[in-house]
Amino acid sequence: MDHDATADVNAPHSMGTTIIGVTYNGGVILGADSRTSTGLYVANRASDKITQLTDNVYICRSGSAADSQIVSDYVRYFLHQHTIQLGQPATVKVAANLVRLLSYNNKNMLQTGIIVGGWDKYEGGKIYGVPLGGTIVEQPFAIGGSGSSYLYGFFDQAWKDGMTKDEAEQLVVKAVSLAIARDGASGGVVRTVTINSEGVTRNFYPGDQLPLWHDEVEAHNSLLDILNATNPEPMST
Amino acid sequence: MDTLLSSEGDSQRTQYPYVTGTSVIGIKYKDGILMAADMGGSYGSTIRYKSVERLKQVGKHSLIGASGEISDFQEILKYLDELILHDNMWDDGNSLGPKEVHNYLTRVMYNRRNKFDPLWNSLIIGGVKNGHKYLGSVSMIGVHFEDDHVATGFGNHLARPILREEWREDLTFEEGVKLLEKCMRNLLYRDRSAVNKLQIAKITEEGLTVSQPYSLKTFWNFAAFQNPTVGAEGSWILCLMMFCCTKTCAFVDASFSFIARHGSA
Repeated sequence: MDHDATADVNAPHSMGTTIIGVTYNGGVILGADSRTSTGLYVANRASDKITQLTDNVYICRSGSAADSQIVSDYVRYFLHQHTIQLGQPATVKVAANLVRLLSYNNKNMLQTGIIVGGWDKYEGGKIYGVPLGGTIVEQPFAIGGSGSSYLYGFFDQAWKDGMTKDEAEQLVVKAVSLAIARDGASGGVVRTVTINSEGVTRNFYPGDQLPLWHDEVEAHNSLLDILNATNPEPMST
Repeated sequence: MDTLLSSEGDSQRTQYPYVTGTSVIGIKYKDGILMAADMGGSYGSTIRYKSVERLKQVGKHSLIGASGEISDFQEILKYLDELILHDNMWDDGNSLGPKEVHNYLTRVMYNRRNKFDPLWNSLIIGGVKNGHKYLGSVSMIGVHFEDDHVATGFGNHLARPILREEWREDLTFEEGVKLLEKCMRNLLYRDRSAVNKLQIAKITEEGLTVSQPYSLKTFWNFAAFQNPTVGAEGSWILCLMMFCCTKTCAFVDASFSFIARHGSA
């Protein structure tokens, strides 16, 4: 009756995902969940979907894990050569356009949506979305992956221009956490990467420290802890 | 073609669109061409992007508006960039006009269609050169024509009938804008992929301007909207109402034609 569970472990690795990139007054913050699923099985519950291309440019990967990894590997390779020729750090725009070239020219084979974010001395912090098909769109903030469906309304309401670094970070963590609450394909921890003129900072928010949303309850080690606490609730039939 | 950046593997290619723009409308008016398009980029049924510019300048004399897959439109703009660059490099005092750009794009779209690898767009090209106004369209399969008013997608069904009734050769700029806005408002009501943020572009012999993004007011305050089901209870009442309604309409129509034939006092 149940379909063969082992079929899941051989299904293509896909990152049902929530990925986010926001600009703030001074740089960008990239955020993502950490679940990689093959069918219904969680192949990796602590993946890192925020990948470095250069010192100042990172990307968030969604869709097929293989496709997004190979695109990021190629773009990192091209950017490395470009940096050597140019003699200075590559701009975010160049990185985003390289991602676009690969996505567009191989649109029939690739299934990956990418958010490119970084900081350069000419334009400051910038976020570019490169969805399926290879369109390139510069945006003040971008959301992607299967979990992003649940965040369009949230961002319409909560996004403000000119946020501080801390405001933007809180917004990103809250948003990924809300998406994880409703999207079965997103989960695990929330990772963020902040990029500005001073450099790059990675942050890690473990799954058990995220806020609780509607109809979620506090975690305990055991029922026994609840029973042994003063004025325990009687067990109901 | 750089083999690292693209693959030679696909011999059978018909793609499907991912991020799409909806209708574009274009009209000729007294001094040149007016074009309108909203700024939406839809991802299936989700309205994903709301600031996509779908009207762009091409060289000195032309304006292009696109609907369909946005990534393919971005690629077309790169082709046109190269076309204009080479035209300028001749440095011979000539420059490509809208008719030439239209023809170039027709060849590009048709040849891609023949390879089963279309650019998934419907394009509108308009412009003025040496006093001649030109307005044409090309589809993703290479169907092309020119006319006094053109539209893509839903615009063909909703906007063109309005234009057929109300377009005139000597429209002023203000009349033209009002006419386009009437069409765009109609599209906003009836096209699911429309968004309420649009741009209108004007091109004349003097030059081109694309307006800042703006939104249109919409009208919902009708009695029939507030109480749409009044009189619906009981089918005989509905029939009676419809009977009265059609009889009234017929009476009104008849009165008008009577007056028209015999003149009123």
